[in-house]
Amino acid sequence: MEAAMQRTRTAFAIGLAYGVTILGGLPAAMAQAWEPTRPVNFVIPAGTGGGADQMARFLQGIVTKHSLMKQPLVVVNKGGGAGAEGFLEMKNAKADPHKIVITLSNLFTTPLGTGVPFSWKELTPVAMLALDQFVLWVNAETPYKTAKEYIDAVKAGDDRKFKMGGTGSKQEDQIITVALEKLTAPKKFTYIPYAGGGAVATQLVGKHVDSTVNNPIEAVSQWKAGALRALCLFDAKRSIYTTKVTATQAWSDIPTCKESGVETEYQMLRGIFMGPGATPAQVAFYVDLFKKVMATDDWKKFMEDGAFNQTFMAGDDFTKWVAANDKLHYDLMKEAGFLAAGK
Amino acid sequence: MEEIQSLIGGFQVALSWYNLVLMVIGILLGVIIGVLPGLGGANGVAILLPLTCSMPPTSAIIMLSCIYWGALFGGAITSILFNIPGEPWSVATTFDGHPMAQQGRADEALTAAFTSSFVGALFAVILITFLAPLIAKFALQFGPAEFFSVFFLTFASFIGMGKGSPFKVIAAMCLGFALGAVGLDKMTGSLRLTFGHEELLGGFDFLIAVIGLFGIAEILSSVEGGLKFQGAAATIRLDAVLQTWKRLFGLWATSLKSCIIGCWMGITPGGATPASFMSYALAKRFSKNGHNFGKGELEGVVAPETAAHAAGTSALLPMLTLGIPGSPTAAVLLGGLMIWGLQPGPMLFVEQKDFVWGLIASMYLGNLVGLVIVLTCVPLFAAILRVPFSIIAPVILVICAVGAYTVKNNMFDVWMMLAFGLVGYTFNKLGYPIAPLVLAIVLGDKAEESFRQALLGSGGSLAVFWSNWLVGSIMTIGMLLLFWPLIGPVVARLKGSGPRVDAGGGLALASPIPTPGVCAELSPAVAPSPSEAAMPARLRQLRGENAELKRRLAEAIIDADQRVAMTVEELEAENRHLRDRLTFYASQNDRSKPN
Repeated sequence: MEAAMQRTRTAFAIGLAYGVTILGGLPAAMAQAWEPTRPVNFVIPAGTGGGADQMARFLQGIVTKHSLMKQPLVVVNKGGGAGAEGFLEMKNAKADPHKIVITLSNLFTTPLGTGVPFSWKELTPVAMLALDQFVLWVNAETPYKTAKEYIDAVKAGDDRKFKMGGTGSKQEDQIITVALEKLTAPKKFTYIPYAGGGAVATQLVGKHVDSTVNNPIEAVSQWKAGALRALCLFDAKRSIYTTKVTATQAWSDIPTCKESGVETEYQMLRGIFMGPGATPAQVAFYVDLFKKVMATDDWKKFMEDGAFNQTFMAGDDFTKWVAANDKLHYDLMKEAGFLAAGK
Repeated sequence: MEEIQSLIGGFQVALSWYNLVLMVIGILLGVIIGVLPGLGGANGVAILLPLTCSMPPTSAIIMLSCIYWGALFGGAITSILFNIPGEPWSVATTFDGHPMAQQGRADEALTAAFTSSFVGALFAVILITFLAPLIAKFALQFGPAEFFSVFFLTFASFIGMGKGSPFKVIAAMCLGFALGAVGLDKMTGSLRLTFGHEELLGGFDFLIAVIGLFGIAEILSSVEGGLKFQGAAATIRLDAVLQTWKRLFGLWATSLKSCIIGCWMGITPGGATPASFMSYALAKRFSKNGHNFGKGELEGVVAPETAAHAAGTSALLPMLTLGIPGSPTAAVLLGGLMIWGLQPGPMLFVEQKDFVWGLIASMYLGNLVGLVIVLTCVPLFAAILRVPFSIIAPVILVICAVGAYTVKNNMFDVWMMLAFGLVGYTFNKLGYPIAPLVLAIVLGDKAEESFRQALLGSGGSLAVFWSNWLVGSIMTIGMLLLFWPLIGPVVARLKGSGPRVDAGGGLALASPIPTPGVCAELSPAVAPSPSEAAMPARLRQLRGENAELKRRLAEAIIDADQRVAMTVEELEAENRHLRDRLTFYASQNDRSKPN
């Protein structure tokens, strides 16, 4: 019943959206006044339980808890085809201001790797919420104390002897693995893709793989419990969070990979986009909304728990950053031979 | 004893008026969510998650987990009444639950389902209470090879223990594997079998397939049968609950086995779906009424429901202790924990004692409250079947369509659902089983994933599936089950029971009709004997005739079963006749037994 109603509402709202688009030409004061007139669909281009899903549901929780929006925010998972399903829906949601999407690196990797006809350029960038970090993890019972020791061991061992577990195939985890293989050359890892980050962390604890590049939030509980060891952080600078997470270490105690002699950097975008043809007033509403979210203590705690790199961007800065990051992914994937035919 | 103290503390947390009210609300919402196909527990919990943001974490998780229990109870209702399983693990419940409803025993089936759910869940909660830390460690032993072996065992138990021809089971399963393979190949990250259609990117959703294959196909079959629902004559007995409970006590052995299978699969973490199917297959194999499974046997409802709920409940254990969600619903609950600022994982039991024990206590209470609520409503649910079919069919159709649409807010899925309905109808007509098809759609890609992960890790060597005692023994049992249709008769012959085929084993290899119970019983001579060529011509001719007559007799009996009304006299006469035949075969069998 709910679904059927939504459909008629969609038709109604598309008409409304066109009206808003025309109004967009009116003086800025009026345009600023735009706000959602019906529930906003928050598309997650990934399945339930993953990092993007957790963040989106967390955002939804904060918006509801602090009543930051008059209309409800409805979370929908559209993870089919490595997120292509969600992105295609956004692409088709032309001038529909009641639909926003949270992105992860599959914004770049999915069209490049699968050849699905879609590019971030077809969407309207809204804001970067944060950058998600990656950490090189090994089982705490292994002898490797530093990233350098581990990489050297891979280099000294048989080819493909060491197993790297990661989320998905031809996505961020495998891209980092390929980058690491430049340092272990001519030896390679055996990369084993799993469905989700939680499963990857558990497989490492169970010693079914030798290392992972989990996001902090995916592995933090195992780290706390002393089952995993963090070797290095794939960022230019150390984390800013100095509160002890384990008995002896805080996030800030994890050296950067560069410090440890393993020159690899990678971070993942957690950003918000709208469909094609959004007006500046509509974008402004969401930028403002997420700024309010970020001012809450809940958000700050969430950032610290997950050791996120808190970089906020909007407007042209953000668009430029996305373009540069797209180029970076293209180069990395081209080098690794991950591009789909015709890309 | 520390556990008991913690648990009492937990009860103190859970047993406030506020929390009790939340429990009741949660269960009621959950039942409604469970009854609507397509709106399973995961969606329900996700939709209602924001409601709980302003509550204290313990109250919030109590309410959400009660929605979950409610949805689990509710899923059984549609499975039994309308043959529409709302969740993958309710599929096995339809096998016997729906025939029972058609025979006017819906109240019995519902009571059995609810009670078994409760028993399964209770068993799992007790296990969680006392063995949590120990068990959590065990889950860590599961790598890709172990995961594959569990899936393999499930598939194999279906082939080996299934009813009807194993070849038809394999054919249906292969179609399921093919459908399950559509979409993204997670191992290589490229798309396959989508033929450039954007709608197929996400593959075939299990729910769409199930709503079509079971729900729509059922309606088509009923329409063909003359627009009358066979359960229409159902009487409402208020004491049905007590009557059924009496019978359930007799099935304690099946319940216990199912509890153990369920907990093992929930923790290991194979999940509730393989648990329900496996438990059904095993109960069928070892029950003395095995031949009656699939035609409305109480035990056939008890086994899968108990196992599914034991698995569903114990699957929360890996979520709490390791932070791995065992099911989509657990994944959403995991998201909820994060929102309330709790970090699931090994430290949760240490850092958030109140929360964990409050939750565990609420599992006891929530299930109890749920059982009371749904049991009091049994007559109400059973009464739904008294509504004329011409009214209820369109309603079911609309609910199915809405359910299919809700999965992804996509009209294409509704068309897919109708297409699956036609497939299901055709399957019914041709005597192909639907369950293996569904099983393969649900578990096929997971099995493939873990198979390929295991081979990646081993460098392509199949020896990885026998690399330690755990995976090795599961795989060996699976192999035995897979080839049981071939091994079984040999074993039977070695035991010296002559060319008879074991009726209970579902080994009706050559049976020409899809209703195996009757036909396995009546077609012993159909099984070809190797010495056939050497037989005298007269004997061979008579054997052939004998087989043909038995086959026709079986068909006639089935037809007779489908006649609606028989008078007392007619039934008495028929029963007398059947008793005579039974005596005759029993004496024959006694004669052929070795002395």
